[in-house]
Amino acid sequence: MTATLLSETWWWSYVMILVAGWFATDVWRWLGVFAGGRLREDGELLIWVRCVATALVAGVISKLILFPQGILAETPLWLRLAAAGFGFAAFFVSRQKVIVGVLSAEAFLLCGWLALDALG
Amino acid sequence: MTASDRSAPAKTPLEPLVPSRVWMLRGARSAISIPAFILTAAFVGYAGLARETGLTIYETLALTGFVWALPSIVVLTGALSSGMGLIPAGIAVALASVRLMPMTMALMPLIKVEGKTKNWQLLVASHFVAVTAWVFAMKHLPDLPREGRLPFFIGFGAGVSSFVFCMTGISYLLVENLPEVVAGALFLLTPVYFLCSLWGASRLNADRAAMITGLVLGPLFFIYLPGLDLLWTGLAGGTLAYLGTRIARRGLS
Repeated sequence: MTATLLSETWWWSYVMILVAGWFATDVWRWLGVFAGGRLREDGELLIWVRCVATALVAGVISKLILFPQGILAETPLWLRLAAAGFGFAAFFVSRQKVIVGVLSAEAFLLCGWLALDALG
Repeated sequence: MTASDRSAPAKTPLEPLVPSRVWMLRGARSAISIPAFILTAAFVGYAGLARETGLTIYETLALTGFVWALPSIVVLTGALSSGMGLIPAGIAVALASVRLMPMTMALMPLIKVEGKTKNWQLLVASHFVAVTAWVFAMKHLPDLPREGRLPFFIGFGAGVSSFVFCMTGISYLLVENLPEVVAGALFLLTPVYFLCSLWGASRLNADRAAMITGLVLGPLFFIYLPGLDLLWTGLAGGTLAYLGTRIARRGLS
């Protein structure tokens, strides 16, 4: 009851943003500061922490490609995978230039998408 | 460990040459970069989503500035539009942001000057930890002198986030309706950019192995353990990559 009333006041969304957004996000950063303060730069523990962080980010990447948000979800899975793979290959061929990888993937996606539209 | 390590506040002769202010400005200047433009494009895509969802421009900007991590912002946008309660929304956002803790942890030994850096400085810097700045920092900070790294990172983070903040506001106002193909292309930008730059930032075989295990395990955990999937991807994938490369490095000792 109060919840429905609250959600109609203009400031409620800002309480949501501060508590459920800012605090819920930054608390992990603060914990990371305190937990990371004791790590040695050349220690084995840091290598493991870096592995965990890298695997997490890689998980975000594959989720964004396999289960995208919004309009991209309407493209076929194989097209998204092929575009990402093409971009990554171009990234290597260009001696690891990120911009080449990104633009190649986008070009592949757009060509594929327009071609599918034209055929369909 | 050794005696020389113990004498922590040893002054390096280079220290007074370049003041922190200058490092901060250098960081801000290098924020004018390809990563910043790609992140901007991703937030232009987000501004369209926020507008479609019915958020006001002030709410959109508050989310951008205060949360500053795109996946968490997208989660909270969904929560706001569906009228979710404060506690469930907070839990959903917290789950989406767990990854920031190991990322921040891995950054700390890089930017900290033992015996000199204050905790509040690190807490300020930590707000800018998000994939873009983190990947950039892991790649470029090791090349800088230790004293310059923290101010450089703060300058970079503040530069990128203020630019993205302004562009998000502008695109909220200007972009009435993105053509579908453009909106879709903007959504693909982020993962491909992360893919290339994460590989570029990896320095050890362990990092590259962790990237591969993460790519493979991410969707599997998402299907079988939704909610905590990223946490499990990190712990399982990271540990697997660490152990595998450790055995390759030094056998089963």
